[in-house]
Amino acid sequence: MPLKLTVNNVVTTVDVPPDTPLLWVLRDVLDLKGAKFGCGMGVCGACTVLVGGHAVRSCMTHVGSVTEPVTTIEGLSADERHPVQLAWESLDVPQCGYCQSGQIMSATALLAHTPHPTDAEIDTAMNGNLCRCGTYTRIRQAIHQAAEAGATAPTK
Amino acid sequence: MQMNRRSFLQMTALVGGGFALNLYSSPLAVAQGAVTPPDLTPQAFIHIAPDGVVTIMARASESGQGMRNMLPMLIAEELDVDWKDVRVQQAELDEKIYGHQFSGGSANTPQGWEPMRRVGAAGRQLLIAAAAETWGVPASECTTQSGRVLHSTSGRSASYGELAAKAAALPAPALSSVQLKDPKDYRIIGHTQPGVDTHAIVTGKPLFGIDVQLPGMLYASIEKAPVFAGKVKSANIDRIKALPGVRQVLVIDGSITPAAFTPWEPGMEAGIAIVADTWWQAQQARKQLKVEWDLGPAATQSSEGFRKRAKELLAASPATTVRKYGDVDGALKSSAKVVEATYEFPFIAHVTLEPQGATAHWKNGKLEMWSTSTLPGDGRRLVAKTLGIQESDITTHMVRSGGSFGRRLQNDYLVEAAWIAKRVDAPVKLLWSREDDIGHDGLRPGATVGLKGGLDAQGKLTAWRHHFVTFGDGQHATSGGGIGQDSYPAGFPPAYALYTSMQPLMLRTGALRAPGDNAYCWVAQSFLDEVAAAAGRDPLEFQLELLSNTRPPWTSGEHDAVGDHEPTGQAVLVPERFKGVLELVAEKSGWTKRSKEPGHGMGIAAWFCHLGYFAEVAEVSVDAQNKVTVHQVWAAGDVGSQIINPAAAENMAQGGVVEGMSHLGQEITLVDGKIQQSNFHNHPLMRMRQVPKIEVHWRKTDYAPTGLGEPTLPPVLPAICNAIFAATGKRIRTLPLSKSGFSWA
Repeated sequence: MPLKLTVNNVVTTVDVPPDTPLLWVLRDVLDLKGAKFGCGMGVCGACTVLVGGHAVRSCMTHVGSVTEPVTTIEGLSADERHPVQLAWESLDVPQCGYCQSGQIMSATALLAHTPHPTDAEIDTAMNGNLCRCGTYTRIRQAIHQAAEAGATAPTK
Repeated sequence: MQMNRRSFLQMTALVGGGFALNLYSSPLAVAQGAVTPPDLTPQAFIHIAPDGVVTIMARASESGQGMRNMLPMLIAEELDVDWKDVRVQQAELDEKIYGHQFSGGSANTPQGWEPMRRVGAAGRQLLIAAAAETWGVPASECTTQSGRVLHSTSGRSASYGELAAKAAALPAPALSSVQLKDPKDYRIIGHTQPGVDTHAIVTGKPLFGIDVQLPGMLYASIEKAPVFAGKVKSANIDRIKALPGVRQVLVIDGSITPAAFTPWEPGMEAGIAIVADTWWQAQQARKQLKVEWDLGPAATQSSEGFRKRAKELLAASPATTVRKYGDVDGALKSSAKVVEATYEFPFIAHVTLEPQGATAHWKNGKLEMWSTSTLPGDGRRLVAKTLGIQESDITTHMVRSGGSFGRRLQNDYLVEAAWIAKRVDAPVKLLWSREDDIGHDGLRPGATVGLKGGLDAQGKLTAWRHHFVTFGDGQHATSGGGIGQDSYPAGFPPAYALYTSMQPLMLRTGALRAPGDNAYCWVAQSFLDEVAAAAGRDPLEFQLELLSNTRPPWTSGEHDAVGDHEPTGQAVLVPERFKGVLELVAEKSGWTKRSKEPGHGMGIAAWFCHLGYFAEVAEVSVDAQNKVTVHQVWAAGDVGSQIINPAAAENMAQGGVVEGMSHLGQEITLVDGKIQQSNFHNHPLMRMRQVPKIEVHWRKTDYAPTGLGEPTLPPVLPAICNAIFAATGKRIRTLPLSKSGFSWA
């Protein structure tokens, strides 16, 4: 049954069973590889995308349940210069980089609702995103830096 | 400069600890010699476009250690170009051109430091020669600056882009003959250069193994036996074939014979591969599989059984003497005080955030692979052997991976992808689930260690007896489970013995970041702290005194539990460097002025491995429920004369601390041969709120630069456990922390 989906401001139709996880629709149907597979049970955060502006684990979200617009890291900004991305780049946050798309999406959702988060608010918002390489120190710095630069909602 | 096979093997043997010692004696390492190391040429690594853009080939695979920056930076520095004009391109696997393509053992820095700089310098010399010939001036009068050759007497200059075509046709100079820069003139080395892939990462570009996409590609998932080396007896294959999207169902017979010693690459595990239009469909079909397994002898293994046998071995006479000098037993008998303890650490899994997988395409008798292996040459050899094809019929693209930590030195997933691809008329991407990844990891093996330390009336260490109970067949320790005769504190106590005993293990084990050292440091530095406490002395002062002891000379004929590990000057611990990082971390952390209040404490530890020295201090508090908060960690490192890419180095060192913390909380257990852990909920990683402030300091010394992926990690484990002791008076002798009654706050 074809399902209508808005991804990165583009309305699209996908023909998959409605219980297919959003992650695999994004990655293997729509060829948006930014969201990553890490655990398949919503405990690592590598698959985080925004649905209606909220950070969700796309590996645990049935595509048929998605009614609000989806934003992936590919749609975060038109010019690839969203303040969160710029902060991540200027601090050279990644090591392997695999978790960073999910980290950036969680950070974007946090900053959209809490423009100047405290460390405790960062701890809470980012608790679901694992970084196997241990770049947490820089992730925290980058969130503060993006907050100073005035990061808000996706700019695309 | 040419690295011959012997020097490579020596180097890996020296830097790799237990893992590399196994590699040293493995058939794969012998096969390594089949590739004659090439004379490296600048033309292979450096491509200069007419517009002056310089493309530098990165020969090593990238899984987050920064190899795509570090090695090209060495070339760019000596080539004398601006980093902004450099584009880095991942080389394909071709060891005839690039030399050994290997990312492990923190070896790329020591192995690349000299040859990569010489490649760059040779490139510069060729460009100078091209200019000199064009202008009819002596090459000796020409200089270079930022991608231009200059002849100051005549005022002429030309860009590298203009000279490139001519330079490429000239004969390359011998790398040993080229002149290298004075380090004071470095403009790239020692100056932070952001990751070459960072922009692509933060914008979600397809970069990783899992992102490979080919036209008409199918997806594969494999159901393997829940017990190592189990075989398929029967399965409802016809039903699975009829499920939506399923194209093929393949039975993998497997090639592993369970035995007391499981080699580094034991072969293919048996299982059922489902090939489908999408990975999700393959996974859904997998849920409908009903397989009858022949679990085989490994089903008798359990963690409880291992523990029981280890205790028996510990109580018995040791099987093997790895190193012994002085009269240890006599010294212990005559000591004023003897401290005795048993330490236990568990098996743990790598859990790279990107699970294992690979993409392969079999077409017209040739195989094309997209590999995340950090030892891709071995991967190709294994694939050729398994498929019965020639290595020359295999093309390997090296793709960035979402972490290795030693996991991708093994090539099991690559062999599986290739095996499936040969039976499918389309490109195939194999992806493991997280459950597959934990259930079929090359685990860090656990061990049980019996220790005795003697103290004289003045509180000086008199003797150290170390009985290491590991796994293996008595002759070979399981991969990652060997211990070397130089394992600290060997050499420093006046009398010393290191013994091993082994019990069989039918399980894939391997090299986890700082293999061996990641646990042996915890054992030795915890026990040292324990002995110092028994002597009523400060652990730092106690260890500095120990490091001042004169070491006995190496005795020829001493052998490791695995392989013959010849000591050379470079690999032997230099006490001044070990002391240097201890003193630096003590100064930075305010060690001598630390407050001593109940529930709050600081601990210190240091280690030497993979040619690098790290000392770390942890500050913790422990609440009434034994919940541990790590407030701050100070790290001091000595990896030689240069920190090649400083911001990346700091990031790597902080990551080593965070990973070491994760190790304290992890364990893999077996019941009836089945691994009981399956995902991050029961094999956890540290999370943001648990991560302390981590300060990294460098002590630069006159030694050639060495790597730091590994040596950053080990000291944090004992530093935290020693801090918990300082806070509570309770000694942690069993990991994970939960087994000792503690947990993270």
